Parts: sequence; C-alpha cells; structure tokens
Amino acid sequence: MKRVRPGGLRACLPEFAVLVTLVAAPVVLPHAGFSTDLLTRVLNWGLIGLGFDILFGLTGLLSFGQAAFYGAGGFVTAYLLVSGTLGSVWLALAAGTLAAGVFGLMVGWLAVRRIGIYFTMITLAFGQMAYFVENSPLSKYTGGENGLPGVPVPVIGFGQHAIRISAGMPMYVLFAGIFFIGYVLARRIVRSPVGAVLKAIKQNTGRVAMLGHNVPAYKLAAFVIAALYAGLAGGLLGSFQSYMPPDAFSLETSGQLVVQTIVGGAGTLIGPAVGAAVWLWLRDNLQLIPGLATLWKLVLGIAFIVLVIGLRRGICGEIFHWWNERRDLAALRAAEARTAAIEATGDGVAVEPEHQAVDVTLPLAAPATGNSDIALEARSLARHYGGLKAVDGVSFKVRRGSIHAVIGPNGAGKSTLFKMLLDEVSPSSGEVLLFGDRVTGAGVSRAAQLGIAKSNQLNQLFLNLPVRSNLRIAALARRRGPLRLDLLRPADSLPEVEQQVDAILKLLDLAERADTAVHILAYGEKRRLEIGMALATSPNVLLLDEPLAGMSPHERVATCAFIRDIARTRTIVIVEHDLDAIFGLAERITVLYEGRLLADGSPDEIRRNQAVQDAYLGGLHAHEPA
Amino acid sequence: MPSWPALVSQAFNGLALGALLALVSSGLTIILGTLGVLNFAHGALFAVGAYVAFVILQYTSSFVLALLGCCGVMLLLGILLERVIIRLFYDRPDEDQILVTYGIGIVLVECLRAAFGGNAQRVPVPSWGRGATQLGFLIYPTYRLQLIAIIAMLLLGLYLVLYRTSVGLVVRAGIENPAMVGILGINVRRAFLLVFAVGVVAVGLAGMLYAPVVAVTPDMGANFMAQSFVVIVLGGLGSFPGAVVGGLIAGEIISLTSAFNSSYSEVMLYALMALLLVLRPQGLFGSEGRV
Repeated sequence: MKRVRPGGLRACLPEFAVLVTLVAAPVVLPHAGFSTDLLTRVLNWGLIGLGFDILFGLTGLLSFGQAAFYGAGGFVTAYLLVSGTLGSVWLALAAGTLAAGVFGLMVGWLAVRRIGIYFTMITLAFGQMAYFVENSPLSKYTGGENGLPGVPVPVIGFGQHAIRISAGMPMYVLFAGIFFIGYVLARRIVRSPVGAVLKAIKQNTGRVAMLGHNVPAYKLAAFVIAALYAGLAGGLLGSFQSYMPPDAFSLETSGQLVVQTIVGGAGTLIGPAVGAAVWLWLRDNLQLIPGLATLWKLVLGIAFIVLVIGLRRGICGEIFHWWNERRDLAALRAAEARTAAIEATGDGVAVEPEHQAVDVTLPLAAPATGNSDIALEARSLARHYGGLKAVDGVSFKVRRGSIHAVIGPNGAGKSTLFKMLLDEVSPSSGEVLLFGDRVTGAGVSRAAQLGIAKSNQLNQLFLNLPVRSNLRIAALARRRGPLRLDLLRPADSLPEVEQQVDAILKLLDLAERADTAVHILAYGEKRRLEIGMALATSPNVLLLDEPLAGMSPHERVATCAFIRDIARTRTIVIVEHDLDAIFGLAERITVLYEGRLLADGSPDEIRRNQAVQDAYLGGLHAHEPA
Repeated sequence: MPSWPALVSQAFNGLALGALLALVSSGLTIILGTLGVLNFAHGALFAVGAYVAFVILQYTSSFVLALLGCCGVMLLLGILLERVIIRLFYDRPDEDQILVTYGIGIVLVECLRAAFGGNAQRVPVPSWGRGATQLGFLIYPTYRLQLIAIIAMLLLGLYLVLYRTSVGLVVRAGIENPAMVGILGINVRRAFLLVFAVGVVAVGLAGMLYAPVVAVTPDMGANFMAQSFVVIVLGGLGSFPGAVVGGLIAGEIISLTSAFNSSYSEVMLYALMALLLVLRPQGLFGSEGRV
C-alpha cells in the first residue's frame, strides 16, 4: 500500500509562507495603515496566541486567564531588569518565561481537573487573582497600578560591538525572529505525538484515557506550553515599550486574546496573529475617522458575534477549510461513494467462502505479565447506585488464551461489570486482578497500560480524524507509555507504531480507507475500527462489548472469524446478545441475572442449565419459594 | 488588630456586598443550571441596570419608578437576547455559548460607552436613604441597610417563584435534568426564555441598586462577574441556595479580610476558591453528578 507522506518541502510550506509574510509585512503593510510599531504589537499578541491556540484550538480548553501568565512573565522580566538583579535582557526574558511556566504548572494543576465551563471559570478566577496580587500585595515590586517604567531593550553582542535593539524596525526584526521560531516550534508540537494526543483529547477525552494515555498530564502539558508562550510575550512587551503596564494582567487582556483567536481562526496557529492584526488595525484606524472614534470596539464586538454564530472557523480557518476542501474534494467524493456502496449492499466485507485462520501477531508487544494461568479474575465485584444493585458480588475467572463470554438478559449488569473490569467504573466493593495485579483503583488509563483494552458497545472514535490517525493514537499509548513529552518528533516517525497501524489496517480490511475521515465510514466499518482501536494497544486481555451489534449477517460471520483469530494470541472477554454466535465462539460462559452470577461453565453446561433457560424465558420467579 | 466597632462595621459591609453578590450570582446560576449556558454577558448586564437607574433618576426622583423601569428594560432585553441569539446556542458546545455571551457583553458595554461616554457617572442616593442610622455603638449608612433589606426581599421573591410555583418546579426540575423534563412533555424551551429573562432582571436590579454606592462606568460589571463565578463555584453550579449562601460568604470574606489588610481582600476570595476546588469540587450545595 502506498503511504502518503508529504515530501519535506511541501510539509514546510506553512513555515515558508509565514517567513515570507514576516519579511514582506513591514514593506507592504504600512500603506494599509499598519505602522511598524503596530506590526510589532500584532506579533506580540500572535506569540501569546501560538501557545493559546495549542491550549484552545488543539486541545479544546478555553482559558479566560492567559493574562495571568502574560503578566507574570512580563513583571518578573521587568522587575529583574529594573531592580538591577539581572543585567542581561535575554537572561531576564528566560527567567520571566520560566516563572510564567511554573505559575502555569500550579494553576493548571488545579484547572485541568475540571472540564468545560468549570475550566473556563477557574482560569478566569485565577487570572483575576493574579491581577489583584500584582495590584496590592506585590505592589512594592510591581509598582501596583503604575506598573514598572524603564525596562531596558535587549542588546546583542558585548562591549564596543554591542547593538542595542532600538524601537522601530530593529524591534520588529527581533519580534519577527522570535515569532518565527515560536511558530516553527508550535508547528512541531502540533505534529508531534503529543499534538496527536491533544487533538484526540479535544474530540473524545474518555477514549484517549481508555487507550492508556494520561489525559490530565497531557492537558497540563498544553497548559504549561501556553503559559510559557504567554510569559515570553509578556517579557518582550515590557522591553518593547520600555514600560510594563499592570493591565497586562487584566481580564480585558485575556478576553482580547480569546476574541482575536476566534476572529483569526482557532486551530490554525497563525489565527491569533491575524485576529490581532484585525483588532489593532480597527482600533488605530477607526479612531482616526470622526464619529467612529469610540465605536471601533462596538464594530468589533458585533463582527465577533456574527463570526461565532455563522463562521466559527474564523478568517484563517475558513480559508484553510475552503482550500483543503477544494483540494480533497475528489478523494472525499470517492470515499463517500464507497460508503454509499457498502451501505447499499449491507456488507462491508468481502465474503470469503473458506476463512483462512490468520495469526494476529502485532509489531508492538503486549505488556509483560505474570505466568499465571488465570488472565483476569473478578473477586466479588459489586456496584450499587443508591439502592439499585447493578452488580452484586460477582466472581469469575478468565483463563489465559480463552474466549470467555458474559451473557444475561437486559439489565443483568453486563455493561457495568465490563466497565469495572478495566476500572472505567470503580466498584463499590470487590476487586479485579489482571495476572495477579490489582487493576481496581488504578484508573482506566493505568488499566490500559497494564494490558487490558475494551471495544465499546457504542463507538467511541475520533470522528474527524482519518482511520490511520485513530489507530495511531491507540498504538502510541502502548509504544510511549502513559505520558511522554516528545514534543519535537513527528507523530508518524515511530516505525513500530506505523507497522502496528499498518498491521491492524490489514486485519480490519480497512487499508484502502486509511486516509478517510472516520465520520465518512460505513457503520460496519466503524464497528470494526472500534475493535481495531482496542487491538492496536496490543492488549493481553481484550474486552468486547457487543461487537456484533447492528452488523449484517455477513459481517457477523466475518467478525466472529476475526475474533477467533485474535483469540489465538490473546485472551478475550465478550458480552453479546447474539447467543448463537456466543455458543459458537466461547469456551466458557458466565451468566448474569439481575446483578448476580447465575451460572458459570462450558457452553454445553450452560445450554443444559435449567436456571439459565428460565432466566431467558421470562424470569426465575416460578422457582422461587412462595 | 482592628477595633470591634470597625470589625462589626466591616461585617455589615460584607453583608451588603454579600447580598449584592447573592443577587448577581443567583441570576447567573439559574441561567447556568437551567439553560446550561454560562452567561459571560452578566457583568455587562449589571452595568446596563446601573445605567437604566442613572437615566431614570435624572428625569424623575422616584426610586420606585427607577426600580420598575429597570425591571421592564431588563426583562425586554433578556427576552430579546434569548430569542435572537441565545436560542441558537442551546445545541452548541459550551465554549461557543461562552464566546457568544462574551461577545454580547462587549457589544453592551460599548453601546453604554457610546451613549454615555467612558467617564464615571453618579447616581444619587434616594431621599429616604440619605444619612446614617444609629445601630447601638455603631453608625451605619442608611442606604446600605436598606440595600440589604431590598435585596433580601428580592431573593425571597425569587425563592417563592422557584420553590412555590409550578413554573419554578419546572425550572428546578430543568436544573436537575433538562432532558427528562422534555421527555415528560413539558416545553423546556419556553421555561428557558423565562429563566433567562428572570436571570437578566436579577443582575440588572443588582446593578441598579448598587449604582448609588459606586461610580457608574461601562466596565463596572466585569469584576462583579468574576466574583460571581467564584460564588457559584463555591455554592455549586446551578444551585440557588448555594448562590445565596456563597454570595454572603464571599462578601464577608472580602470585607473582613480588608479590615485586617485591604490589599489581600480579593486575593483571599480566589484563594478560598482554589482550596475548595481541591477539597470539595462540587461546591457547598452542588451534587457530584452535576459537575
């Protein structure tokens, strides 16, 4: 299969375009009302924006407190210079950036525990807190409401040959250089394995954790990266205007950053800078028009609302979207046509009259385990919701290398039991052991790292990512462990991960669809990918929650064969309503009824079990003592 | 260590500020709880309420008229915003709702700036609220005492509507589980309009009542909004009793801290929130499931 990896030059096109724009801007844009100082300011906002876009555009965390880090970096830098503690502006900038990063680590540690509205409110509140801390308790150092005047400009070289970077064009060149480096770094981060995980977090946080990634730590990493960018920009601001203003800390600053990002386009990295250009241009140029002097922000506010309602991608986002859509239109149409064809025939798989058993050997090894013969053991597991005993004291053992089925009528507690097996739901009492190691209490991502994976009853896929990227997120978790900050390596540069993805694609018969976005796939294909996602983490124990649900008869046959193939090298626990399939597949069956264990045995034993027959035929009540 | 009378006087200040925060936050929290929308225009609406008072009191000297006028204007504004903009956002992600209400906030503040200028305006204290009242060993400004009483009555009214009427029952059920209310065949969206308008009226009245005590500027609401976020985190998202108790706690923290060291008064509030997030993230009155 041909892998589409863009050549080196093509891949660097955005960097090249940004570089050309940075060089051309001071020549071309002054005619359009952009002074050199204005451009420098745009780049300063753009620099905070690069970090903010990694936090918001990439990871989906909307912070209203970036001013805290902008101000922290700015004031630490300014204080170190004005007080004479540090002579070198460069060192002071480094110290300020670091201080903002440390502050970001502290705030982020609290903030990333919460999602959505909560996250936004917490960041806003910490932003306000930083503002008041600057304003009063620390006013001895920060000048309180007056700020810190007299911040020196950077100097390049030593002694006689030293060049002071003065206001105007030299300052623009400095900012442009730093912005460009910042942009290149941010692009690397976005394209790194960390970037891939962050992108996945935005689409389905729960699944990322279930694959074995340490989600809070990755979110915290994004938060600290954003704080570092903001801190550096804050430090540069003081040097640029020889004055560090207290309003760097204000809520207005955080809000302005958010508005600029939305206007320019979130998730595009350069969007915030473009939004800043719009904002600052409007402010400087509308003020010159009589009658509009006070209205520039009103105009901006209305435009902002319209963008949020109708053009949520922002200026750059809409342009890139249009561009990509036009470029990929043919491929998109072809993919949609294939989906339509599959759905019309009701089959996603080629019908093989004689299925040849395939060994599922994956390039990535499963985690090492103890040599116990019991792969998974549930010990009197119970989960109570108030008075409802969804699962009530269930124990069973799964032999290594077997297919073990859990069946029972609706409401028997199968799904809750399944969720407890990988600690997705923590049990009210009891525990789960994986090769003798306790899984319960470890959390779902630790469980995945121990080698237990689940395919869900309802698909949990990253719908806007291609099939290959979906599988890559899964394989990365096995290859890299729960957390690794390899920010500069490309996401697709780990050979074992790519081999793993290719192997799974082949097993799933999805190789042709590797570059198709998942939301375009046919239903059966999505179901197969759901199993493939779990398999791509190279688990020791694979939990399949109703893998056959909604499949056509052909697909069922193929999937059952696939499950049998997988079982040749690893242990499988399966929940399924299709009893014919179960009795054909399973070596041992556990039957649940109303949260309790009803029977446990070989398929023949279960088939003959009177209690099981009664449970399926309408309740046990006839046999209960009157 | 400050003297006892000074502390008691600060405690009264805390009560007045707390009552105000309770009113602002209850507006925020019922909108959040029912509609699921975190209203970032809340601070701007606070300022709108204050300016409505400013305009009406310029032409008449009747405080009651100003109160009624403010109710009417805020109600209309609330209905307008819900029908034209907010309604489009119920099915969109949280951050879109935050962004659009933030945008509404910008537009409202800039409209105020365009109409009244950026300078601070003064709103007179009503004639019956001038001077000071002797309270034992302490002399306290009369209007602040009345402020506490008026807000207490407004909160009581809101309580009665929420807990003693069938509409309130729908709203409270909507806070618990909006989907279920819809399944039961009740038109939740109609309740949404009402709740949003009531929330807007609440914050507008807060702005109007506070206007005589502070300088009225277009940006006056921003800090109140940030504080009311802390209050609803304190009280538990969507909880009306939580907002009231949280508001009073927040008011007392700010006022009592400033009796000792005024530079830490606001900082303490946010520090408390940080602490609470670690120890009890669902807030004082919130349930874990709602978070």
